Amino acid sequence: MKIIILGAGQVGTTVAETLASEANDITVVDDNIKKLDALKDRLDIRIIHGNASFPTILKQAGAEDADLLIALTSSDETNMMACQVAYTLFHTPHKIARVRSPEYLESGSLFDRKAVPIDELISPHLEVTDHIRRLIYHPTALQVVNFANSLVQLVGVKAVEGGPLVGHALSTLRQHIPSVDTRVAAIYRQNRSITPEGDTVIEAGDEVFFIAAKGDIKKVMSELRSIEKHYKSIMIIGGGNIGARLASVLEDDYQVKLIERDLNRCHQLSVELDKTIVLHGSASNEELLLDENIQKVDMFCALTNSDEVNVMTSLMAKRLGAAKVMTLINNPAYVDLVEDGDIDLTISPQQITVSRLLRHVRQGDIVNVYSLRRGAAEAIEVVARGDERSSKVVGRMLEDIALPQGTTIGAIVRDNKVIIAHHDVMIESMDHIILFLIDKSKVNEVERLFQVGLGFF
Amino acid sequence: MHFTVILRILGVLLMIFSLTMAIPLLLAWALGESAIHAFLTALAITFFSGLSIWLPVQHVRHELRTRDGFIVVALFWTVLSLFGALPFYLSEDLQLSAVDAIFESVSGLTTTGATVITGIDLLPKSILYYRQQLQWLGGMGIIVLAVAILPMLGIGGMQLYRAETPGPVKDTKLTPRITETAKALWYIYASLTILCMLAYWAAGMTFFDALAHSFSTIAIGGFSTHDDSFAYFDSALIEGIGIFFMILSGANFGLHFVAWQSRGVRHYLADPEFRFYISLLVIISAITCAVLIATDSYEPLAALRAALFEVVSIATTTGFATADFAQWPNMLPFLLFLMAFVGGCAGSTGGGMKVIRVLLLSKQGIREVKRLIHPSGIFSIKFGQQAVPDKVVGAIWGFFSVYLLAFVFMLIALLATGLDQVTAWSAVGATLNNLGPGLGEVSANFSSINDPAKCVLSLSMLLGRLEVFTFIVLLSPMFWRR
Repeated sequence: MKIIILGAGQVGTTVAETLASEANDITVVDDNIKKLDALKDRLDIRIIHGNASFPTILKQAGAEDADLLIALTSSDETNMMACQVAYTLFHTPHKIARVRSPEYLESGSLFDRKAVPIDELISPHLEVTDHIRRLIYHPTALQVVNFANSLVQLVGVKAVEGGPLVGHALSTLRQHIPSVDTRVAAIYRQNRSITPEGDTVIEAGDEVFFIAAKGDIKKVMSELRSIEKHYKSIMIIGGGNIGARLASVLEDDYQVKLIERDLNRCHQLSVELDKTIVLHGSASNEELLLDENIQKVDMFCALTNSDEVNVMTSLMAKRLGAAKVMTLINNPAYVDLVEDGDIDLTISPQQITVSRLLRHVRQGDIVNVYSLRRGAAEAIEVVARGDERSSKVVGRMLEDIALPQGTTIGAIVRDNKVIIAHHDVMIESMDHIILFLIDKSKVNEVERLFQVGLGFF
Repeated sequence: MHFTVILRILGVLLMIFSLTMAIPLLLAWALGESAIHAFLTALAITFFSGLSIWLPVQHVRHELRTRDGFIVVALFWTVLSLFGALPFYLSEDLQLSAVDAIFESVSGLTTTGATVITGIDLLPKSILYYRQQLQWLGGMGIIVLAVAILPMLGIGGMQLYRAETPGPVKDTKLTPRITETAKALWYIYASLTILCMLAYWAAGMTFFDALAHSFSTIAIGGFSTHDDSFAYFDSALIEGIGIFFMILSGANFGLHFVAWQSRGVRHYLADPEFRFYISLLVIISAITCAVLIATDSYEPLAALRAALFEVVSIATTTGFATADFAQWPNMLPFLLFLMAFVGGCAGSTGGGMKVIRVLLLSKQGIREVKRLIHPSGIFSIKFGQQAVPDKVVGAIWGFFSVYLLAFVFMLIALLATGLDQVTAWSAVGATLNNLGPGLGEVSANFSSINDPAKCVLSLSMLLGRLEVFTFIVLLSPMFWRR
């Protein structure tokens, strides 16, 4: 596939890295030659230097025969204009753009085909707040992702001493909670994956990924660790797009406090938010945190623009007594540093944005893609099409499908009903199949597996 | 300042006002009442005074300035009140002193509803009609002047409506849209009056009573054609209609305007002031009803009926009575009386400090509590989805303190004239809030108190109607020096 990526920022770079390793022709456009050179040294891609929305630059980048344009520059306007130019002058078939400003996003039919022709909008702060909200609704989860219109969820949980299943084989799960059907898709022990079998014994400290219908998630989680009580008090640091939006979605169900450094922004936020208590000050001010009763905070979310501030305030909050801390980290190198430290959860906006992007880049009938474990693993939702002759999966039992190594089928959604994958389930045409890939490099094999043969046409 | 323009307006106002006396004059003529002489003389004096003021300055053309607006508004009530007192003073049926006549006229035009006349049932129809008409004209003056002109004077509360209410109320210029605004509001005022009259008539009042009471209901006045006020009719239906129209008239007429324009009623509930106003009425009615039942003052149903009517009547500052609430047990007289301080919504015909000011003041109070708990917290005072600028909140605090000061000074003046405490403070409250009936000696009638007290109370009514500030501005030397 021929792909043009506009903008060589953090997300642009990550996307380029991910896609270049999957045999795509990538062209990256940016007006910063240094960034481009650095990228070119590492990856097998073409680079174009210039303003990303200029027609001449887009033409140079090959917009005329590109399959996909991904606009990821730091300017919403450039991204929107580039899509407009690509559509009007070069008829680029598929256009994805990142738009951050809520003002654009909430303006109704602005992104209709006749207006600003963007096929898919990526709005990181919406994705990130959604992600954080899911994590807050499921207090013990490391990661929660939705499939099939939220019918099915994949949840990553760290098993803890005291959970009824810890120390027992997976096969006993059915006896523990007979009413719930679930499938353990992967287990990570000391950062190495173990293929889950019936006789695998769960140990404390294991990261367990399981798939279940949305309503059953809590029951399964309680098997892996003693039930943690619902969060009540949330403290958010940073009143930017993400912090403000998170506060507004949480404030009805939780006691939310938001700390912001800029006084004008504080005033603005105190008008926008109804119940949230907006505090003016620096989160690195110990006095302020103590005044605001940091010991009683169930979840401390550091969501400022600066990774360093986020990490340091999170560490301080944890030391002062916050029950759990969540940290927004942009720089992937930091994620490993804080891993296994005091910080309970790390949020990577790029990872989340990349997940969203991948969904559109993947070929065939892949409708959902999530990057898991910092991009090492992937969970995908794919639609099976064709019939027994044209497809390699339709009309076959799960045990007969030649899945690539390290891939498990977690669940199947048929006519809005969730079927948890067992070896004797037969796949039908139009089923949505949710797979977990321990090694994401196998994604091409999975794509090929689900491709419909020539006989279908 | 353009005195000539103001004089021209005053002359025209007086001439128009004199014409309104033609209706009771015709009524007196048709019914053969002796009051015909009083009206004829009053009409002639008023008309020729107006004409002599107007003639020398009739060709003056200047644009009105905001500062001129203060004077026009103040003159509307003071000068018209003086001339409006003429028929009362001249009438042989009433035998009122000049002070009493002025008190009655001020009470009418400011839609207060306090009266010095006893034996109302026996008065000639033309005089009765004239009293009601004074209130109706006063109400119209409030709606047109208060909604169209007062917002420009920027004395807190009102200017919110410039930003909030869609349509002409938003406009801030005196010309030319102000005429459109005034016209639209006048239509609403007139249609409400007609609806109210028809409802009263259908519910069993005589045509004359229906018309008279619709005048004083929509104007939130409180004058009645009977000494017993609403108790005379003893009809739950009539009281229900009265409650409904009092609540409507106590609401912001800007809301009615939107309802009329958009043919919908949903925006009422979206308006924070209206919501607060209605919830206050409901809560206070419930408390009143509960206390009345608990103290065995009424049967449960009768208690509900009496509580609802009295609470709405007092809280909107109308002042109609079905029961003598001053004799009610426990804290009720005091509680109901305090509700009159809250009064109607901004931009209504009601008096008091206005619901929106009380709402914003209480929000400000809550904010201070929050600030004590969270010293670094930033809290805005919100009205609906909009932040209220601190300047406006400051202006409202200013209004509040001046209102209280005015109250205290007049209370001291009344005590100095020898009234007892309850009578004195309730009389000031009843007049400053444009309510009408007070407690103690003035619970039904103001005739028994002394003349100096009546003068103070007349001033008090004018102060309340002019939202204190307008009047005080005129008294300050700085205003005239500029």
